[in-house]
Amino acid sequence: MALNYSKQVMEHFLHPRNIGEMKDYDGTAQVGNPVCGDQLDFFIKVKDEKIEDVKFLSFGCASNIATASILTEEVKGMSLEDAKKYDWNKVVMELGGLPKQKIHCSILAVEGLQKAIEDYESKNL
Amino acid sequence: MEVYLDNSATTKLDPRVFEAMKPYFDSKYGNASSIHKMGQENNIKMIQCKEEIAKLIGGDPDCIIFTGSATEANNMIIKGVAKKNEDKGKHILISSIEHPSVKKSAEYLKKYGFEIEFIPVNSDGIVELDKIKKMIRSDTILISVMTVNNEIGTIQPIEKIATFAKKNGILFHTDAVQAVPYINFNVKAWGIDFLSLSAHKFNGPLGIGIAYLADKRSITPLIHGGGQEYNVRGGTYNIPGIVGVTEALKLAYTEKEDAIKNVSELTQYLWKRIQDEIDDVSLNGSSEHRTSNNLNILFRRIEGEAILMDLSVKGIYVSTGSACSAENLRASSVLSEIGLKDNDLNSNIRFTLSKFNTKEEIDYTVDSLVDTVKRLRSFTPIK
Repeated sequence: MALNYSKQVMEHFLHPRNIGEMKDYDGTAQVGNPVCGDQLDFFIKVKDEKIEDVKFLSFGCASNIATASILTEEVKGMSLEDAKKYDWNKVVMELGGLPKQKIHCSILAVEGLQKAIEDYESKNL
Repeated sequence: MEVYLDNSATTKLDPRVFEAMKPYFDSKYGNASSIHKMGQENNIKMIQCKEEIAKLIGGDPDCIIFTGSATEANNMIIKGVAKKNEDKGKHILISSIEHPSVKKSAEYLKKYGFEIEFIPVNSDGIVELDKIKKMIRSDTILISVMTVNNEIGTIQPIEKIATFAKKNGILFHTDAVQAVPYINFNVKAWGIDFLSLSAHKFNGPLGIGIAYLADKRSITPLIHGGGQEYNVRGGTYNIPGIVGVTEALKLAYTEKEDAIKNVSELTQYLWKRIQDEIDDVSLNGSSEHRTSNNLNILFRRIEGEAILMDLSVKGIYVSTGSACSAENLRASSVLSEIGLKDNDLNSNIRFTLSKFNTKEEIDYTVDSLVDTVKRLRSFTPIK
């Protein structure tokens, strides 16, 4: 199996940004890949329809952690509208590429963030 | 520091084995099938190697066929037995924890009308003979049970199974790749029909395996060529490899006492320190019936590949049977066979030691592992 992670992936895996729990969140979501068992929890704090703060927890491999880490870095301060549309391809690009069999990690991370935003929106109709 | 703890994947070539092989690359390079002196000297060498190997495993020299790998040996035996015996029956039993080279060879045969059934293991990761007794039929032609499992190191009761198979007129194969030097084979006395070995699992070179065939007529050959290996497996004799596997097997068994003592002490020390210093861990598979080089450990609430990568950065090389990847998205089937819960299937690390490991290496490993587990557990969402 070829599993040659980029420098960026390893950097985010070893030093994940915005990692940890958030108590006073406005929206949260848990997503998992039933096949590989990975799990991500997202928490967002919203102010003026923007993501004021974002945090995540991970049960997953190096690329699971790295994709969530870079995504949180990217969307912090972003409007909810833009964050909802964030493309997983951009996560892969920002990380300098992902091994083919790990692309699904980036999709899971983006899905987790979207669901946390949906959770916020459903509570703030 | 670099610490290699992935010896069930492959091992370091013993320098003495390398020395023994060298002349056969650059000075004694004759084709063992050539009838001139240079060829015949190597032919004699090859026969001596078979005699030496036969002595070490309690078999006959004529029953030894050299292959390119144990994967090739397993393919040759499973498919070859099926083809040869299809008129007698099309029912094959293999254990549920076999290596993919056995499992996929058997599954391939389904296309040709063979019925493959998997013998379950108990929660210790051991095949029980009673289960096999209930599964055999009048059309069962082959039973294949590995000697030692590659993921959890559990030792299977192959002597009993071989005896039972013989009594019932069923051929018996064992993939013994992980068994050297932990099991002292006596293939003839035990009634083993087929056995597979691979040099690189016991400090020998890559690219050379052994298929032991008690009766060469019980398989149909797959690799046709220049008549080598009694027409059972064509291909120019790999003399450096043959010399290498023989030397490695000889060293493994003649030095086994010291090697096993050393490995066993280090493995126990590693496991004791892990239990003392890390919470929520458990050993997968029998603690009693396993080879002393293997620790397969569940680290609850964190993911195996993340542990592996974190350790790899620190120069410690281990493995996980449950890599989350497209090639192998599913968690280890061996671990689910022994009854691990879904939540725990992706949280396991296999440490496999060798005679080359030292106490300093194990200390460095545990010191690093404690930090790795602490870091990954600091942000796990699993309660």
